[in-house]
Order: sequence, then C-alpha cells, then structure tokens
Amino acid sequence: MIRFLVNRLLGMVVVLFLVCLFTFLIFFVLSPDPAVQICGKNCTPEAIDQIHANLGLDRPFWTQFGTFLSGLFVGRTYGTGANMIDCAAPCLGYSFQTSQSVTDMIVQRLPVSATVAIGAAVLWLLAGVAGGLISAVREGKFADRFIAGLTLTGMSIPNYVLALSLQFLLVVTLQWLPFPHAVSFMEEPGQWFANFLMPWIVLAIGAAAVYTRLTRANVIETLQENYVRTARAKGLSPGLIWRRHALRPALTPIVTIFGMDFAGLLGGALITETVFGLNGIGKLAADSITKNDQPVIMGVTLLAAFLVVVGNMVVDLLYTAIDPRVRVGSTA
Amino acid sequence: MTFTPTELEVEGVTGGGPGSDPASASPPPSGRRLVRAFLRDRVAVACSVYVLIVILMAFTAPLLVKLSGWGPLEFDQSAVDPNLGGIPLGPAGGMGAEHWFGVEPGNGRDIFARIVYGARVSMTIALSATLLTSVLGVVFGLLAGYFGGRVDMVVSRVMEFLMAFPALIFMIAVLSALPAENRQLLLVVVISFFGWPYLARIVRGQTMSLKEREFVEAAKASGATSAQIIFKEILPNLASTIIVMTTLAVPGYVGTEAGLSFLGVGVVPPTPSWGQMIASSVPWYAVDPAYFLIPGAFLFLLVLSFTVLGDRIRKLAESGEVAA
Repeated sequence: MIRFLVNRLLGMVVVLFLVCLFTFLIFFVLSPDPAVQICGKNCTPEAIDQIHANLGLDRPFWTQFGTFLSGLFVGRTYGTGANMIDCAAPCLGYSFQTSQSVTDMIVQRLPVSATVAIGAAVLWLLAGVAGGLISAVREGKFADRFIAGLTLTGMSIPNYVLALSLQFLLVVTLQWLPFPHAVSFMEEPGQWFANFLMPWIVLAIGAAAVYTRLTRANVIETLQENYVRTARAKGLSPGLIWRRHALRPALTPIVTIFGMDFAGLLGGALITETVFGLNGIGKLAADSITKNDQPVIMGVTLLAAFLVVVGNMVVDLLYTAIDPRVRVGSTA
Repeated sequence: MTFTPTELEVEGVTGGGPGSDPASASPPPSGRRLVRAFLRDRVAVACSVYVLIVILMAFTAPLLVKLSGWGPLEFDQSAVDPNLGGIPLGPAGGMGAEHWFGVEPGNGRDIFARIVYGARVSMTIALSATLLTSVLGVVFGLLAGYFGGRVDMVVSRVMEFLMAFPALIFMIAVLSALPAENRQLLLVVVISFFGWPYLARIVRGQTMSLKEREFVEAAKASGATSAQIIFKEILPNLASTIIVMTTLAVPGYVGTEAGLSFLGVGVVPPTPSWGQMIASSVPWYAVDPAYFLIPGAFLFLLVLSFTVLGDRIRKLAESGEVAA
C-alpha cells in the first residue's frame, strides 16, 4: 500500500511539473512581450530593455522557468530597488494590468467559485443518481424513456444557451427570480439562494445527464450479475438485494467520475460565471482573456490543472478503498 | 457538458461501449439490415434530416444569401431603431419578409445570412477536427496496441498526460496566446490535440485483444508483414468502434467550437459563428430574445441531433454484433 501511495504521489508530481513546464513554455513562446504592456505609449527601446532586465525577461528560458517554479514555493520579487514588488509564497505570477498578484486575485474570488461548484455538484449528484435509479427500476417504461429524452436534451444544450434562456424565462418574463446581485448569505439567505439557483442548474445539467445514464447502465448491468441471481435464489428480500448487492457496485464508478468532474468544474464555471456575472475564478479568467492579461490566464490554467491532477489522485485512492475488487498493484 | 470529450469516456467506461466487447471481432453485420433498422427509427431519421439541412445550408450559403437579399456582413441601419439604442424595428427582433430571421440589434446585420454562414464555420471546424482526431486516435491506438512494449508506454504516458489536462481551460489559454490569423485552422488543431487520446485509448484496448486472436496468428504464420496485419486484419474489425466513437465526438466538437467562440478565443469577428453570435447577444437578451434564441436553437438542435445519432448508431452496432 505504501509503495502504491509513493508511486502515485511521484507520478502526480511529475505530471504537475510537466503541466507547469508546458504552460510556461506556451506562454513564453507565444505571448506578446509583457514589457510593451508595462511600458505603455511613448516607449523607447532602452526603456523596454530596462524592464526586461528588471523582470529577468532577458534571461534564458530555463532560468526564467526556475524563477517561476521557486516562486511557487518560496515566493519571489519583481523588479529591483524602489519599484520592487513582493510576491508571497504560492506566487502564480503578477498582473501588471491590475497591479495585483495573481494568487491574491484568485483567493479573493475563491468563495464565489466554491459556492457555485459545491452547489452544482450536490445538485447533479442527487439528480443524476435519482434519475438513473428511477430509469433502471422502470426500465423500458414511460418514465425511463422520458428521462432518457431529458438526459439527451441536458447533454446537448450548450450551457450558455440554457443560461440565457433560463434568465430570460425566469427573471425577465415570469419574474419568479430576482435579478442576480451580490448579497451575503448571512444577511439575506433567500436572495442568496435565488441568486445561485440558476448558476447551479446550468452548471449541473450536463453532468446530471451523464450521471443518470451511467447510473442506469450500471444498475441494470449489476442486477444481471450472478451473485444477484444467487441472492434472489436464496430468497433475500428485494430491498435487501438492492441495498446490499446492487447499489454498491453500481455506484462505485460514480465516485470515480465525480471526483474528476468536480475537479474539472473550473472549465464549466468559466462560462456560467461569465453569463451570470458572478465574480468567481471563471469570470476572472474570461475577463483576463478579453484584456489579454497573460499572467492571470496562466495562473488560472495552472490552478485548474492542479485541481484535475489532484482530483484524479484522490479518486484513485478512494477507488481502492471503496472497491475491494481493485487490488493494489493491479491498478494498471 | 458539451465541451469536454469526457462524455465519450463515460460512454466507453460503462461497458456498453464496443470497446470492452471481445465479440466485436465477429464479422461486421450486413449493412442493408442496419440501414433498414435505422430507417424505422423516426427520431434518428429526423435527426439525420436536420443534420443534412445544416450541411446543405453550409454548402449553399452564397446562394441562400442571394435569395434572401442580405449578406452576412452588410449593415442595415434602416432595420434598427436608433432612438431605442438600436433595437430592431418590428416584432420578434425584426423578423419579416425583408429579414427572415430578423436583424442584429445595433448594426442591423441580417441574422439569416449569419446563421447560414455560421453553419459553414461550425460544420467545417467540427468535421475537420473529427477527421483529424480519428486519424490520430486510430494511428496511435493501433501503434500502441499492436507493438506494445516501449511504443505503448510512450503513447500511453502521453495520452494520460493529455487527459489529465483541463482541456477547455488549456485550449482557451493556448488560443488566447496565439495570434488571431488562421483561427479556424488553429481551432481544429487545438481541439484535435486534446481530443485524440479518447479514441486512441479504446482502439488500443481493442487492438491488444484482437492481435491475440487466431486469424492474426494465421496471418502471421502465412508470412504477413506487420503493416498487412494491421491494415488488412485488425483495422477492418475496428470499423464499427471507430464509426461510433467519431459520431459521438462530433457534437462535442460542435459545442467546443461554439463555446470557444462564445468566450472570444474562437472564430474572430466579423466571420460569423453560432457561438460567437450567442456571445454578442448576451447584452441584448432581455430586450431582444430572438437574437440569442435563433442561433441557440440551431446550435442546440445540431448538438442534439449528432448526440442522438451517435447513440442510435452505437446501439445498432452493438445489437448487430450480438446478433451476427
């Protein structure tokens, strides 16, 4: 077990390192010179050289990458002398457009993104498993086909189209929901809930559809297993068979993809947060794209990659804990 | 989520996918029977008809635009009301004989023309990306599965690495850093770059089980070269898997293109794309809902049609294989 853990951890570190390298390389090669942005108009070549020297942009690639990596662990400083900017420990970079460190910008927006993500995850997990179970129990009946139609729709509707449609229908036309605006949970819990309801639905719908199909397929498959037949044959009550023999193996794969999907939520949040004007990490990234604020885009990319890699790892560990059929070492 | 190829992964993992089925090595079912079964399925036929309409629209865009009288880049200031901030005149976003689907608020561009030309962009990108992904996925999957050993290790590591990436965010990052020229080509390359492992993984698995079978052994014994075995013995047996996986990939790529364009890193204006049209409709959604509903409906129906088609083809392929 310990050897397995160490192997997985080492693998994760390697992937994270490669992700950093890859991301850094792309921005190193492709992005426009940040010095030109900092320097502004009326810029002389000397001034640009000066900025290059100050920020270490004239150094070779590996030196710059080394500085960036060490900035992640021990922090770093930008510039020298009076203009020196300090960037504390997990330093993901510095946005010269907003004069803020990228880490700070991300941390400020974390609560909103976390609220959106957790709410959506709860929603899609409940809806997906419930929908899948209903479909499996009523296999081939009306409810099953109705849910199948819903899941196809849910999988196909682009989340920004759904977001705009919901907003138009519920807020503008029917006026069931108030127009979203920022309130704290403590002051107005009702308004807070109404605010996040649409983003939750929009972010959850695609995943809910996929989980419904997955749960349905798994449950139906499990019910055909030999050990379920044996349990039936020895006269166990249907309820007990469901609880003890069908649900556990059927729901194990859900755990696997749930971890990965949750970790990958930042991608979906990009669009949802933008459409609903929620000031989270996704919107930060989307805004930075329009402003061409490269350090922020890179920081968010790294964060997203980090979440996915760590998510994968946690899932792997959970999987070995939940599913006794997966033996350590044989997890190829 | 229409963005990521994870949905394919899920379908592959469910065990329903032909990937896990050793029976798929049996001879492919007769084409005519499958076609007949397909034609009996009214939903599938409706979806095919819609996809065909969109493809036809894309091909005949210049003709259609001549018929309707307005090009995709022509401004019509007489169709919008400057006193109301450029809201289209007339009901439902200015729909009527002059502009069939109404006009864009603000500048009065004809929405029908932009939808028709947008279909061109969406279909070109999605289909090219599918083609490139399939080629890459099949080639690398075959290489890794057939030769095994070191080749397999390298390919598998690269696949794992690419699949561990948050593809959407990374695509956005790459595209935002790249220059704006040749955006359509870049989109295809970037989408395919992150898309091929999902097909390659399944092709690899099937190849690994196929190469142990008797007919491959027989071919080997009769002196066939590796290339002959791969192309004549193994590839034909992978056909149904590849068809199913590619059909399931198309809706994902349509959605990805639209999403990237929606976020402003896809197709560059003034070239129309459905995702980009929806993005520019966001500030107007409350006063001119037709502006987002029309491209939204076209996009949704296209993704839905491809998803349903992929689903049906998968089921047909499975049932056909079991029966045959």
